[in-house]
Amino acid sequence: MRYALLVYETPELFEMRKRYDANEPMLAAWRTYYESLVAAGVYLGGDPLHPPATGTTVRVRRGERDIQDGPYANTKEQLAGFILLELPSLDAAIEWAARCPAAAIGAMEVRPLAEAVKDRIEGPRA
Amino acid sequence: MDAHGIGAVDSATHRAIEAIARESYGRLVAYLAARTRDVAGAEDALGDALVAALTAWPRDGVPAAPAAWLLTSARNRLIDHGRHRRVQSAHAEAFAQMTDAWADAPPADALPDERLKLLFVCAHPAIDGSMHTPLMLQTVLGLDAAAIARAFVVAPATMGQRLVRAKAKIRDAGIAFEIPDASQLPARLDAVLRAIYAAYGSGWEDAIGADARSRGLVDEAIWLARLLNERMPDAAEVHGLLALMLHCEARRPARRSGDGAFVPLSEQDPHRWNDALIDEAERALAAAAALHRPGRFQLEAAIQSAHADRRRSGRTDWAAIALLYEGLVRVSPTLGARVGRAAAVAEATGAAAGLELLDAIDADAAASYQPYWAVRAHLAAATGARGVARTAFERAIALSDDAAIRAFLAARCAAIGD
Repeated sequence: MRYALLVYETPELFEMRKRYDANEPMLAAWRTYYESLVAAGVYLGGDPLHPPATGTTVRVRRGERDIQDGPYANTKEQLAGFILLELPSLDAAIEWAARCPAAAIGAMEVRPLAEAVKDRIEGPRA
Repeated sequence: MDAHGIGAVDSATHRAIEAIARESYGRLVAYLAARTRDVAGAEDALGDALVAALTAWPRDGVPAAPAAWLLTSARNRLIDHGRHRRVQSAHAEAFAQMTDAWADAPPADALPDERLKLLFVCAHPAIDGSMHTPLMLQTVLGLDAAAIARAFVVAPATMGQRLVRAKAKIRDAGIAFEIPDASQLPARLDAVLRAIYAAYGSGWEDAIGADARSRGLVDEAIWLARLLNERMPDAAEVHGLLALMLHCEARRPARRSGDGAFVPLSEQDPHRWNDALIDEAERALAAAAALHRPGRFQLEAAIQSAHADRRRSGRTDWAAIALLYEGLVRVSPTLGARVGRAAAVAEATGAAAGLELLDAIDADAAASYQPYWAVRAHLAAATGARGVARTAFERAIALSDDAAIRAFLAARCAAIGD
């Protein structure tokens, strides 16, 4: 089964990225985490996102575009990245989410991918 | 003619179906769900199979191995259903492997018991805590949503919706049917035990058990605890939970007098306690102790065991009980444990000491906890603090659901005098 691990970070965690050129422990932790995902053969893809201030929210209502500066949600913890994994069960996904460096300070959401819905949109996979 | 237009089902079929449902429902659901990871699907397939039996068995005779018949019928429905749904491509291979393994007839008597895995699934952390008990009651015991809803004082439609949602979560999020590994087992097992205990707690107020509807789920809870005992004989806390519930159940006949008045534990006649249940409880407690892994349920059971010892010794060893509560509060500092400790300490060393412990409990946390106010009232009265006692009695009465308990408290309150 495929899962998305959505990474939610506090402002403090986003700040740490500025120090990623030096020997910032969080960077080392992320590297180790990424490498273990790949070594376990579960990593499908993923990316970090720029901080929430770089976000733009887009809605269309009654044919009109409503464009707002800023992220969708006005919460302290903000979406900071996503990781896609191929795993045998939810427990495996929870295990990997718990090991993510962001989990100790921010939060992780584990959500299964809706593959049946995707099939209907894209047509059956080979 | 019944709703299915089948006509009166003959009594032999009826008895056979009732028997099989009672003995095997949970086992069959667990076996099917463990392979598809879809509890709702397994229940539906089994339900359809039971309906099919209503037609086939009167016509063809009750089969020699009814469980195997139902299993085959349900399994075939699941295979067809999977084909119809064009099971998600990521699952297709796994599903094909499962159905290939079923090409042979399912084992009849040798059906592996997957109910333990089902219990762990029902109490999975990804499922809302308030739904652990209802899920167990429905999937393992076959209780309908209305019966469960009554016990938890929730509207039947609401309980039905919540059960549907919880089972969808099990299927869609991919909760696996497996025994948790060693690192997770203590926490996961604790969740299972708490869920079973919650089922027991739903039946507490109806002491006589006279009103079958409001007897709650006591029998179901004890049944689940006994099942867990069979399946996990090396888990001390499992024996502890069974011991605890059996001790409490043993004293049920003594909790009401002949005319329905409430009889507090200290005034109960030990001859009205159920000796067979106490003996079974003591065996479970001894089995737990032999495993040398103390825990919260074992401590609670030990406290109840100390109370039960009055049948042998004629007195209550409050000092020992206070000590056990000390251990319990350290391991599991719940309101119940802290109030229980205060009451025991009061009996052992005096009301003032008990009141001091009650004072240390946060007032907001205790605001709607009836036992806190009942104990407070009792201890305040003992120290001569009449005003405090009266207020506490009134609070306790207002928080009591049971008329007999309200009457008892009211009489104690009146006895304070001016």
